[in-house]
Amino acid sequence: MTGRATTPLVERLRSCLRADQVRDGAAETHLYRHDASSMQGHPAVVCFAESTRDVQAVVKVANEFGVPFVARGSGTGLAGGAVPIPGSIVISTTKMNRIVSVDAVNRLAWVEPGVLNLDLSTQIAHLGVHFAPDPSSQQTCSIGGNVANNSGGPHCLADGVTSAHVHAVEVVLPDGSLCVLGGEEPEPDGYDLRGVFVGSEGMFGVATKVCVKLLQNPPHVATMLLDFADVADGAQLVSDIIAAGIVPAAVEMMDQLCLRAVEEFIHAGLPVDRAAALLVEVVGLPATVAAQVDRIRELATACNVGDVRVAADDAERALLWKGRKSAFGAIARIKPNYYLHDTVVPRRELPGVLASVYEIAARHDLLVLNVFHAGDGNLHPLLVYDAREPGVIDRVHAAGREIVSVSVAAGGVLSGEHGIGLEKRDLMPLMFSEVDLAAQADLRRAFDPERLSNPDKVLPSPATCADVHSVPEGAWV
Amino acid sequence: MSSGLDAGVDAFADEVGSEGPVTIGGLGTRGGSVAGVRTVAAPPGIDWIEPAEMTMRCGAGTPVAEVEAALAEHGQCVAVPAGGTIGGALAVGHSGLRRLGWGPVRDTLLQVRYVSARGDVVKGGGPTVKNVSGFDMCRLLVGSRGTLGFLADVILRTRPQPVDERWFTSTGDPWELLAGLFRPTSVLWDGTTTWVLLDGHPDDISTQAAQFSLAATDGPPELPVHRWSLPPSALADLSRDDGPFVAEIGVGVVHHHRPADARNPDPVVVDLSRRLKEAFDPGGRLNPGIGPAP
Repeated sequence: MTGRATTPLVERLRSCLRADQVRDGAAETHLYRHDASSMQGHPAVVCFAESTRDVQAVVKVANEFGVPFVARGSGTGLAGGAVPIPGSIVISTTKMNRIVSVDAVNRLAWVEPGVLNLDLSTQIAHLGVHFAPDPSSQQTCSIGGNVANNSGGPHCLADGVTSAHVHAVEVVLPDGSLCVLGGEEPEPDGYDLRGVFVGSEGMFGVATKVCVKLLQNPPHVATMLLDFADVADGAQLVSDIIAAGIVPAAVEMMDQLCLRAVEEFIHAGLPVDRAAALLVEVVGLPATVAAQVDRIRELATACNVGDVRVAADDAERALLWKGRKSAFGAIARIKPNYYLHDTVVPRRELPGVLASVYEIAARHDLLVLNVFHAGDGNLHPLLVYDAREPGVIDRVHAAGREIVSVSVAAGGVLSGEHGIGLEKRDLMPLMFSEVDLAAQADLRRAFDPERLSNPDKVLPSPATCADVHSVPEGAWV
Repeated sequence: MSSGLDAGVDAFADEVGSEGPVTIGGLGTRGGSVAGVRTVAAPPGIDWIEPAEMTMRCGAGTPVAEVEAALAEHGQCVAVPAGGTIGGALAVGHSGLRRLGWGPVRDTLLQVRYVSARGDVVKGGGPTVKNVSGFDMCRLLVGSRGTLGFLADVILRTRPQPVDERWFTSTGDPWELLAGLFRPTSVLWDGTTTWVLLDGHPDDISTQAAQFSLAATDGPPELPVHRWSLPPSALADLSRDDGPFVAEIGVGVVHHHRPADARNPDPVVVDLSRRLKEAFDPGGRLNPGIGPAP
């Protein structure tokens, strides 16, 4: 909106940062209304931080004016965690994208939060190391976002999610003070504030530098594709592999609808006439890998496996993984819109919960595809739809809520890796009592007594606060 | 879910109550309870082990040895250091010698129920191996030394027992071994000798041992009693002139004959830690005298 009067907030921000780092034009604020979820807010202004000092300056101004702020990386979050509440300041960290230092001997690196996940692993590949968390969005998601959401990915089965790969975080706390939580050293004194910060969805301050753990690249890798006439057989094999004492690097499942969509897209020779396929990867030294491949074959035979395809070379391995990681793109060929869910259930519950997911989708007259991290029971049902169809959004949300409820009732949890954000904030009572939630609110208050850092996410708001900030559009409330 | 452990947790919460100073004691392995204060103990007992989920639930008062023995029957183990109780090991938060390969003890805790300063049973985390529902109360509690709440019962992530596991020694450079070996479970160095723990398929262990001229040995060296925590890059500066030590290469823990130097905590972190203690235990009744360090 040209010709609009500059607000005192914007003026003050421009006195701290360069004018071109502070944008309040309609086009820019419009662009930053949402992340990759279907929810929307509306920021007053977007600040492009280039340094820790910039972030600190913006947070101090936010405190001066009592205006909330939200840090934002690449905006690939699916739970609305980076959706700005109306009138807030967005702090974009995309320009803080330097790899500050790499210690290849002790396998750690300091990076700025805007470094993209895959860029980090690509740039250190020559050192024989990588950053283990590998969300499907790894080409575009940022390390800062990974820290905020405690992100996972296919290869977190054996190696753990982001929290296990972060040694320290330099943080601008919600009051504008600067500190380092955790450290390169293994046992810093005091509380594990590093561990508390990871996964706090931007509500405990803004990460301005992250010390990540790097893992040795495995010398040998075997990638297997196993197909089944029954989804339950595939799910059983997942449990059997783990019970046999094998923790593969990754165990991913795709159901038939997903296999068909992906095959049309990438032509990898996927078993499109089968009910489901498992992508299993084992890594390590040669005897270990060979023994595990043999054992998985035996276990698979007992689970009525059809074909067992072992990637012959890196090219075939890359093709199989491309199939898995491009699933979401492939799905656009079926319907223009999708809603991706994220729950975790105990592995033994996978067959039953999957059956419920199909039943729920059918009852709401929706198409559902399943492509997910079977190894850790992390379901990702994808409800595909055409938003132009009247009433379909309501059906998608109703089905989604049922899927979450069924997962929690089966002994599972609300989210495995996408976070709670706005999307599942009001479903938290499915898992936590009032007393449990009050303790989490206490934790939040210790970090952010003024409630300025990404407020209104994760914790269901008490009724008294409902009028303070209006709820962004599209939230499940 | 056995009602036995749940009943034990409820009784434990009643015992902790909501008034007056109170301290928690286990087997006294890691310093024990605060002297002169009413002492309570967390409930013991394994509720369940789910080998195919790689999870188990037990009372925080369960001895680590009991958990190890029960898991071994299923071919599994847990990355909690030996000795004392599960609750004590988690509350102190120090990891064992296998941290390089197995990860720190803090990563084993999936779900916690603790008794708060108000005497309530509070749950954090969840029962599955992957979970980002809500703030990470588990990481907050590990290493908090009973100053924010008393651990009552926990769900832990277990791991398969190694197919084979062998200790070796070497006179080679520990950093070269760290760089060359594939994911060793432990690399220890006393300034002269390097100890290496390898696990996995026996053929892989033998191949790596031959490749790096490792000599078989019975186990790790005797560890000096004091514990230091240094950036792993600082271990190269350690000298035997300063007294005997055993350093965990790639990790940064140093077992030393003399106590660690006092550190200068960051006042911002101290202030934040104080606010946390104030939020969770406003009356300072839990483990009084143990400060919210740093």
